Amino acid sequence: MRDAHYAVDGRPIFAGLNIRVRRGLITAVMGPSGTGKTTLLRLITGQLFADRGQVSVFGRDIASLSRSEIYGVRRRMGMLFQNGALLTDINVFENVAFPVREHTDLPESVIRKLVLTKLEAVGLRGAAELMPGELSGGMARRVALARAIVMDPELLLYDEPFVGLDPISLGVILRLIKQMNQALGITSIVVSHDVHELASIADQSYLLSGGCVVAAGTPQELAHSDSETVHQFMTGSAEGPVRFHYPAPDYASQLLGADEG
Amino acid sequence: MSNRARQSSVLEGLRKTGVTGIFFGRLLLACVPALARPRLIVAQIFNAGGRSLIIIMLSGLFTGMVLGLQGYDLLHRFGSEEALGTAAALSLLKELGPVLTALLFAGRAGTALTSEIGLMKATDQLTAMEVMAVDPMRYVAAPRFLGGLIAMPLLAAIFNVIGLYGAQLVGVQLMGVDRGTFWSQMQGSVGMRDVTEGIVKSLVFGAVLSLIAVNEGYHAEPTAEGVGLATTRTVVASSVLTLLLDYVLTAFFL
Repeated sequence: MRDAHYAVDGRPIFAGLNIRVRRGLITAVMGPSGTGKTTLLRLITGQLFADRGQVSVFGRDIASLSRSEIYGVRRRMGMLFQNGALLTDINVFENVAFPVREHTDLPESVIRKLVLTKLEAVGLRGAAELMPGELSGGMARRVALARAIVMDPELLLYDEPFVGLDPISLGVILRLIKQMNQALGITSIVVSHDVHELASIADQSYLLSGGCVVAAGTPQELAHSDSETVHQFMTGSAEGPVRFHYPAPDYASQLLGADEG
Repeated sequence: MSNRARQSSVLEGLRKTGVTGIFFGRLLLACVPALARPRLIVAQIFNAGGRSLIIIMLSGLFTGMVLGLQGYDLLHRFGSEEALGTAAALSLLKELGPVLTALLFAGRAGTALTSEIGLMKATDQLTAMEVMAVDPMRYVAAPRFLGGLIAMPLLAAIFNVIGLYGAQLVGVQLMGVDRGTFWSQMQGSVGMRDVTEGIVKSLVFGAVLSLIAVNEGYHAEPTAEGVGLATTRTVVASSVLTLLLDYVLTAFFL
């Protein structure tokens, strides 16, 4: 992403964002809530387009592509949604098989082996016949991960993959992200605000705040950064340049005003 | 209402009409590749039609029975009870069948379509399809539109058949109209043009109501409140448009 600007209803989300994702590495994009981390993924997948600047994926400017070319780019990537986003009217097996059935003419026996292999990787081969409504949040996320990798993508995007996971599921997801990167060479972009989890797997990190990158480097470099913003984010402090409180009138006068009213 | 407010509501109305028009064009284009997936369309015919069968059959039976009672009462005053079969058949085939089926379809299948698509949007299922390079217009919207379009005339036909049986049940079995006269009068007076009018009406209602339901779901605000509001809009717009279009089509066929 080069000098990317994006605004919603005149409110700037990104104001000159520069991010370079290296092939074959795990890139972490961190930042407080509301900094546009999910919007960043939407820009990469071509669901949104930058108002100014350039977003290039696989070396192609996503804004210059036709709809069918964007679909071609998307076939080379997979995305894990925060809530899994499984299709609720088909079972786990069919959810994982969905992209394969849509984009290939593989025989049923091959599809079956492929899907079971991916489900085995996320530990849910036994849940193949369950409906999404019967899964816990963590299981749904693991099924969604199996679906995201079933087409063997070159680029995997993770939107807040660690939110609400129990320690075992969290460990499994972390290991899977790392394994897929190391074994298959999949380039990964992990968007999250879970600093410690990201530090254990990321090769490079970007910290977003105020619509632009405020720090970049390896997780270790960020941990030892002198920047106040980075320090506040890494230590989880409410005090610092990143405002915790939403803008409001003076607290004391508002409370006293309420009494008088 | 001030001039400015009036202008902005007119503009908003025009904008919505434009959005719906563009959506309809995209939907029609998506219907061509969707026809290559008959399994999805059959599933939606079952969802919109099969699951509405009980309510349609019950409503058809009671409507026919009321027609039998009211028709007999009215015709008896003129000593023309033998025309009951004709009166019931024409009322059902030309008006009550398509219109009541459409209103019931909007309340049962239309709301189900809107809320289903709205919830798919709210839970990122449509976005997930987009990211998997699968066009939700082809996979979600078009099969549901085609399913509704095909199911509606079939439901209207079933409504008519059951309604006629209900009218016969009351008129012949209860009120004593001669069975032979009931059916022969009907056979002699009802022409193909009357049947065609009912079929055209139910096809038009099917297309319009399915479009409204799919469009509202697709453009619903992805929140619980947004899906609820979209579902309400589906029922209101479908009901009003059904009655309006019924008048237009009736005038056209006269």
